[in-house]
Amino acid sequence: MIRVQTDDFDAGTELEQLRRSNNGQAGAIVSFTGLVRELNAGEQVTQMTLEHYPGMTEKALEKIEQAANDQWELTASLIIHRVGPLAPDDNIVFVVAASQHREQAFRACEYMIDTLKTRAPFWKKETLPGSTRWVTPETTV
Amino acid sequence: MVRLRYFASLRETLGIGDEQLELPDGVHDLPALTRWLQDRDATWASALADNRLHVAINQEIVKADASIADGDEVAWFPPVTGG
Repeated sequence: MIRVQTDDFDAGTELEQLRRSNNGQAGAIVSFTGLVRELNAGEQVTQMTLEHYPGMTEKALEKIEQAANDQWELTASLIIHRVGPLAPDDNIVFVVAASQHREQAFRACEYMIDTLKTRAPFWKKETLPGSTRWVTPETTV
Repeated sequence: MVRLRYFASLRETLGIGDEQLELPDGVHDLPALTRWLQDRDATWASALADNRLHVAINQEIVKADASIADGDEVAWFPPVTGG
């Protein structure tokens, strides 16, 4: 399942729902949570705004999730990505892979977040004290 | 008609995020459409000359020589930074 939303998510609630929906099939659940850093490239970030391309974003995330499910034997998967204004320490993204064994779940989770970072049409703009800047792939590494 | 979209820093540079226009005569592919837009003024010329930009047609990333047809949605944007 994929979701693009302005609202926050609760990682614990999401994991518990996914765990229940597995009906005992999964032996491993691996999750990744991405957060807004308070310091990025040495600068204080006071706010971050996430822009996206509605429509294409959902297609891109579905494609990434499908590719993970094609490559590994997953019993469940989930990608949630937030858009709009966010504050330091806020949740940005949540990626979960469940499988019978941990290796498949680890690999699939890593694949989904790594691929999302280069393929899904999201753009971060940081507000610093007195200025704003668009994040570039070089400044996020 | 084609729908043209511009995102993030490119949208800010161009001062527009979304427009619709009749596909100009003789424009059938991405290089020709990009050149046509660059002829608008110096800002468009330099902004669209950035070879780091990605282009999506109908919400799928395409190569630089992709063809364009009436009804397409074409989007230009800088490298993505989500996650």
